[in-house]
Amino acid sequence: MKISLGRWLLPVYSALALLFLMVPIAYTFVFSFNDSLKSNITWRGFTFDKWLNVCAVQNGAVCEAFGNSLVIGSVATVLATVMGTMIAIAIVRYRFRFRSATSLLLFLPMATPEVVLGAGLAAQFLSLGVAKDMTTIILAHTMFCISFVVVTVKARVASLDPALEEAGRDLYGSSTQVFLRVTLPLLVPGILAAALLSFALSFDDFIITNFNSGAVTTFPKYIYISAARGIPAEANVIASAVFIFALVVVVTAQVSSAARAKRLAREG
Amino acid sequence: MASGAFAEAGADLELVGIQKRFPGFTAIEHLDLSIPAGSFFALLGPSGCGKTTTLRLVAGLEEPTAGSILIGGADVTQQKAFQRPVNTVFQSYALFPHMTVLENVAFGLRRRKIADPVGKAHEALRLVELDHLAARKPQQLSGGQQQRVALARAIVNKPALLLLDEPLGALDLKLRRQMQLELKTIQEEVGLTFLHVTHDQEEAMTMADTIAVMNKGRIEQMGAPEPALRELPKTAFVANFLGQSNLFTGPVVGSTSTSITVDIAGHRVLVPADRAHRHAGEVTIGVRPEKMWLHRKAPVEAADRNVMGPGRVIDVSFSGVSTQYLVAVPYIGTLIVFAQNMAFGPVADVGDEVWLDWHVEHGFGLEDEPVPGAGPRFAADTDTRSIAAQRRESLVTELEEA
Repeated sequence: MKISLGRWLLPVYSALALLFLMVPIAYTFVFSFNDSLKSNITWRGFTFDKWLNVCAVQNGAVCEAFGNSLVIGSVATVLATVMGTMIAIAIVRYRFRFRSATSLLLFLPMATPEVVLGAGLAAQFLSLGVAKDMTTIILAHTMFCISFVVVTVKARVASLDPALEEAGRDLYGSSTQVFLRVTLPLLVPGILAAALLSFALSFDDFIITNFNSGAVTTFPKYIYISAARGIPAEANVIASAVFIFALVVVVTAQVSSAARAKRLAREG
Repeated sequence: MASGAFAEAGADLELVGIQKRFPGFTAIEHLDLSIPAGSFFALLGPSGCGKTTTLRLVAGLEEPTAGSILIGGADVTQQKAFQRPVNTVFQSYALFPHMTVLENVAFGLRRRKIADPVGKAHEALRLVELDHLAARKPQQLSGGQQQRVALARAIVNKPALLLLDEPLGALDLKLRRQMQLELKTIQEEVGLTFLHVTHDQEEAMTMADTIAVMNKGRIEQMGAPEPALRELPKTAFVANFLGQSNLFTGPVVGSTSTSITVDIAGHRVLVPADRAHRHAGEVTIGVRPEKMWLHRKAPVEAADRNVMGPGRVIDVSFSGVSTQYLVAVPYIGTLIVFAQNMAFGPVADVGDEVWLDWHVEHGFGLEDEPVPGAGPRFAADTDTRSIAAQRRESLVTELEEA
C-alpha cells in the first residue's frame, strides 16, 4: 500500500500542532471547575463554585489583581493610542529634524529584552525617588505600548491618499474639521487594532511590571506569586473568562465583516 | 468664502507674477495669467510643465514663492484652501471612501452650513444622473460614475471657479466624450469659470474657449484654439505640441509690406508679413502637414505658392481619413505631408520623385530664435509622432547604408 504523504502528513501534523497549542488552554478551562482546596493540581471533582464565587478566595486577592490589570491596561492603552497615533501621523506626514532618529528610538523598546527595560526603568524611578505604585506601572506600559501603536498606525497613515485630505480642505473644511471628519474616520481600523494590541500587551505583561510595581499586584504577577504555593482555581476562572470573551469578540467581528462583504458584493 | 451664501456667478481669475519653487527645482518661473469670468480656460502642456502646480496654487493647496492670486478682484493669496470660493475635481477623484455618495456631495454644503444640504446634494446628483446611487459607497461605483460624483461634489457648492485636474484621463473614449459634453452643458447652465488642466491637446481644443500652452514653467502662447493656436503658433514647441509642423530655418533675403522672403537651402519661401513674428535676420518658419500638396511633376511657378523639391517619398502610412507621406528633400531634410484619402488611392509610392507646394498664406513665422547651426530643417520636434517618424527615417537610412 502506498502512503500518500500529501493526504496524511499535513493533516496529522496540523492536528498535533493544534493539540500542542490547545492542551494548556483546555487544562486551564477544565481545572476552573475543579473542586480544589488550596492548590489546584489534582482533580477533586466538578463544581461551579469557583465560577460563582470568584472573589471569595483570599479576601478577593484574585479579583483585586484582575481589577488592577484592567485599570492599568485601559489607562495605558488610552495614553499609548493617543500619543502613538499623533506620532505616527507626524512621522508619515511631516518632514522635521530628528524624524528618522525618532523612528529608530521608537523601535528600540520592541528590540530591547524586557528584563533590561524593566530593570532600567526601575533604576530610573529609584534615582528620581519616585515611589512605585499604579502610576509607575502605567508609565512603563504606556512606554512600550507606544512603539507598537506607532508601527500599526503608521502603516495605515502611509496608505492614506493625501488627496482625500486636500479634497476636505478644498470643500471648505478647516484643519480640525478635516481631521475629525476625513483623516480620523479613515484611520479608525488601524487605531482600533493598535489599541487592542496595546491592551493585550499591557494586560499580560509580567517582567516589566514586576520590576516597577512595588506593592501593587497585577493579574500576571498574582499568578506568578501564587504559583509557588499553588494557583487557586479562581485564577483559572478569570483566565478562561478572558479567553472566552476574546474568542466571542473575534468570532463576532469575523461573522459581521463576512456578512458586510457579502452585502457589498450583492449590491455592487 | 465664509459660510452662508453661494457665489453669484463665475468670477475672473488673475495670477500676477507667480513663482513657485520647490526644494531642488522651480516649478513655475514667472506666470501672469488673466482668465475672464465665465470662460472655459485650458492649461495645456506635457507632464512636468507646471500646469498642475498652477492649479494647486489657485486652489490654495500650495503657497506661491512670489506673486499674488486674485479671484473676482479680491486678493486670496493669503487665504487657506477652505476659505477660497474654489472647488476642484481631483485627478484621482479623491472621493471619501467612508461616506456614501450623498454624504460626499453634501460635505462642502455642510461645512459651509448651507440650508438643506441633502436636498441640494440630490439635485446635483440628478444633474449628473446618479441620484439613484446616492446610498452607495464610492468604491461600489465604476470609474465613470465616480468621476461624475466628483464633479457633482464640486459644482454643488456653486464655486466662482471650478478647477479640473485631468479629470477625464482615466476614462475610455466614449465616456470621455460624454463627460466633455456634460461639462460643457453644465458650464453653460451654471455659468461658472472653468480652469481645466490637461496634457491632451485634442481635449483642450474641443472644450476650451482659451488655451494657454505651458512648457517648463512658462506660458508659451495663449489664445483661442482656432485659429490662433493652430494657425499661428508662436514657438516651435506650440507648433509641434498642437499637431505637427514642418519647420525650416533660414535668413530673410527680402521683404515687402505684405510678405517676407526666406532663403531655405536655395528655395525662396514667402511668408505673409502679418503671419510672421520676426521680419529680419535668421528666422524659423513653418507650415502644417495638412496644408501641403504633393505633386508627381514640378508644379508651375506661381506667385502665391511656395514650392520645394524634387524629393523622394520614403514612407507612406494610412491613418483613416488621410495618408501620411514622409518626403526626403535634399539639403532640407524630411518633411511630413498629410493628404486626404481619395477614391483612387495614394498619390505617390515609396521611392517616387515628388514636389511639394503650399499656399503662401498658410505659412507662419515663429518668434523663436533659430538654433545656431541647426541647418535648414528646424530640429526641435517634441511631438511623439514626429519623433517616431524621425526614428523610422533614421532606421530606413541605416538599413539602406547596410
